[in-house]
Amino acid sequence: MPVPLGYYLGLAAIIFTVGVIGVLVRRNAIIILMSIELMLNAANLTLVAFSVYLQELSGQVFVFLVMTVAAAEAAVGLAIIVMIFRNKESVNVDDLNIMKW
Amino acid sequence: MVTAAFIIFGLAAIVSAIMVISFRNPMASAIALIVTLCSIAGLFAIMGATFVAALQVIVYAGAIMVLFLFVIMLLNLKRDEFGPDKRKIQKTLAIILGVLLVVEVGIFIQAGLGDFGPSPAGDKGSFTSTAELSSLLFTKYLFAFEVTSLLLLVAIVGAVILAKKKL
Repeated sequence: MPVPLGYYLGLAAIIFTVGVIGVLVRRNAIIILMSIELMLNAANLTLVAFSVYLQELSGQVFVFLVMTVAAAEAAVGLAIIVMIFRNKESVNVDDLNIMKW
Repeated sequence: MVTAAFIIFGLAAIVSAIMVISFRNPMASAIALIVTLCSIAGLFAIMGATFVAALQVIVYAGAIMVLFLFVIMLLNLKRDEFGPDKRKIQKTLAIILGVLLVVEVGIFIQAGLGDFGPSPAGDKGSFTSTAELSSLLFTKYLFAFEVTSLLLLVAIVGAVILAKKKL
């Protein structure tokens, strides 16, 4: 008995929500980046689920491209964090408040 | 058998995702994220998308997470001394949106969107064979593919310049 599509979508929704909670609650910049990767993975799961359900390979091509974008974004984000750490010795995003008025 | 695998991989993904956002030590969060990524790769595999599953393990768990671990070790991050965000509004919003999420997942499961059709590994061999996927990638989505390679070039140059000590 194959697993219904709705179960995969529900699972992806839960993982996405866990990622959103991580972005909103945690104050460590690297954990925030990891939560963003969680959200991207939930989106990938949804894409593959629909691709297999509709028997359409375009969804998996899109997953390939999303993975590439996630890699590029993780690299640049981590470079920014390294630069910030070099200046402020802290990865706490609450310390980045010099533009607050 | 597929149901059992789905339950195992699904539970592993959810539990390790919750561990990612709740550990104080960023190294432990990174390991938990690797477990999440491998569970999601397992879910891809039982759906029949074997190429994407392999890609997930090689690219995501094998390259991106190694980059994360290198940066965590480079910055020598220890346990977080600072806790999570403590603003009052977070609790109320969290309860409201949490109820919304449960309702939404219930709707998905009840909607009876149907099973996945006939087995993807039908008569043409595997539905998701690498050959078919790459023929799509190089014909219909060729422009996206080339733009992605340009994006990667920009990301490489940007990351190197951002992280240099002296320009």
